[in-house]
Amino acid sequence: MMKLPNLKERKVQLSLGASALFIVFLFLADAFLDPFSMQIFKLCAINIILALSLNLLNGFTGLFSLGHAGFMSIGAYTCALLTMTTAQKEMNFFLKPIEPFLAHITIPFLPAMLIAGLVAAFFGFIIGAPTLRLRDDYLAIATLGFSEIIRVVFTNLQTITNGSLGIKGLPRFTTMWWAWGTAVLTVVLIVSLIHSSYGRAFKAIRDNEIAAEAMGINVFRMKLLSFVISSFFAGIGGALLAHHLTTIDPKQFMFLKTFDILLIVVLGGIGSISGSIIAAIVVTILMEALRFLDGPLNFIFFTTPGVPGIRMVVFSILLMVVILFRQQGLMGRKELSWSMIDGWIKSLRRIGKRS
Amino acid sequence: MDLSTFLQYVANALSLGSLYALIAIGYSMVYGILRLINFAHGDVFMLGAYIAFFLVSSALMPWWVAFLVAIGLTCLFGIGLERVAYRPLRDSPRISIMISAIGASFLIENLAIVLFDARPKAFKVPDIFSTVVNIGGVSIVSVSFFIPLITFALLGILLFIVHKTKTGMAMRAVSTDQDAARLMAIDVDRTVSFTFGIGSLLAAIGGIMWSLKYPQLLPLMGVMPGLKCFIAAVIGGIGSIGGAVLGGFLLGIIEIMTVAFLPDLTGYRDAFAFILLIIVLLVKPTGLLGKNQGEKV
Repeated sequence: MMKLPNLKERKVQLSLGASALFIVFLFLADAFLDPFSMQIFKLCAINIILALSLNLLNGFTGLFSLGHAGFMSIGAYTCALLTMTTAQKEMNFFLKPIEPFLAHITIPFLPAMLIAGLVAAFFGFIIGAPTLRLRDDYLAIATLGFSEIIRVVFTNLQTITNGSLGIKGLPRFTTMWWAWGTAVLTVVLIVSLIHSSYGRAFKAIRDNEIAAEAMGINVFRMKLLSFVISSFFAGIGGALLAHHLTTIDPKQFMFLKTFDILLIVVLGGIGSISGSIIAAIVVTILMEALRFLDGPLNFIFFTTPGVPGIRMVVFSILLMVVILFRQQGLMGRKELSWSMIDGWIKSLRRIGKRS
Repeated sequence: MDLSTFLQYVANALSLGSLYALIAIGYSMVYGILRLINFAHGDVFMLGAYIAFFLVSSALMPWWVAFLVAIGLTCLFGIGLERVAYRPLRDSPRISIMISAIGASFLIENLAIVLFDARPKAFKVPDIFSTVVNIGGVSIVSVSFFIPLITFALLGILLFIVHKTKTGMAMRAVSTDQDAARLMAIDVDRTVSFTFGIGSLLAAIGGIMWSLKYPQLLPLMGVMPGLKCFIAAVIGGIGSIGGAVLGGFLLGIIEIMTVAFLPDLTGYRDAFAFILLIIVLLVKPTGLLGKNQGEKV
């Protein structure tokens, strides 16, 4: 048998190889995917960002927040208002003119997206400072409340958000490279955050708040930090989503949106980055692939008429089944690693030998 | 604003407050006993209204029988829901059981959209509830009288059950300490089922009365009242029945009166409850009538 280089070296090589393959794959996808598949492919990346930012809170800091849709909408609206040209704004705001100070701002996508994230993070700070004193379910309901307040405010601020009419015709900035580039960057940032001393403090708080406090961790500050970072990425995700869909209105950011992201996080495993990534891709593709369920179904002997909504029933049942029978989700708190894949291959071989 | 308009608003506020109170009691009792936000409670409320609607429009039975049957079926549904979605997770982390509750809520909503159709349905209101009563120049729909009356009657019965019967004593024991209650030979599972039954029963009555007042049924009609009533329960002090009633009335009155006196804020109506919630949580996290519980290591 060929002598393998030592394990660590091999892992680095494998990782480099996988990254190279991934980049090749992105180029291929960019060149060959048809427009419809491309839409879904981009959505996968956006959902990865959103799922990771929620997982940072729910999975790594143990804060159960249900306010994600609110921060996404802040990011989406900020970015949209910053990137649109004056003419586009005038076209949208026909009911009441836009606030004059917003009418003439037009900046490129990258700074707009960053500002969107920062504004969301700022609101995360304002909202987090009072609510993070609460725990568990109270925190969940308070964050949910805030996200509803944001939605109601957005519906009523006619001169800033165009109210319930929403904003249409945003420039289609979210290309595949923007979406996946941001997603990869987010993964790198969140992984390094979790492995830093801050990340260890987050996990200590998740596992036992009182013990963490006794070890000298400033629990409130750490919780707030985690909340602000999570809001930042939610804002970025919202901005990308806005320029991906090219229309936004307050109704998109109802609680249902948070539920979608929560579904991904729970299925992937609360507290697993790779789990979230895999689940984000699988769920996004399934959401589209299962669209046929809403149309007429042909069961050879009989055909059911199209019933819109079956798809969401399937997803709700999926969530219930996972939470009842496999609470840890796909990955639990584990991460996908080369040693894990190695283990799989070995056990596969063992099965192969036995038969 | 003249007096008669004001009185109309008062009647409105009282009936809305009673409805909120009824639903809030269900939240409060379930939370008190299981420390669980039953996110699906608002959907049980919706279900009660829909079952009543189908029974009434099938015209197989007089409306009051239909209402009673609907209340009974919804009650059974609530007990079944606890058994399927919450009981297997009772010893799991609280986040799991909360996710299960959210999942159950979405499942019921989506099933309702598929089964009942997303288009609004008009509830057929029996004449006795829709007659307009004229008292000294103030015309009020009779249902606005019935709702607070029924609410207070139910509240009386409920307080009697909780404080004077053996089952009520078991409920209080389980909510104080589940393990100790079990040691005292209390059947915890049965007590929890009973609590869910009562909660769902009240939600069903609330749902039917809601449809008598606002006769338009939608699969998602339970979401907003559900959230608001949970908030009412938190404001009053969750786990306490009196608190839930107080919170419900407070919320109903504030909502109607703000719209009455500050019409400019009408668009923000759905946000009032949340703003109130956040203020109360910050000032007195255990709610107005809640007891302060020390934190356990």
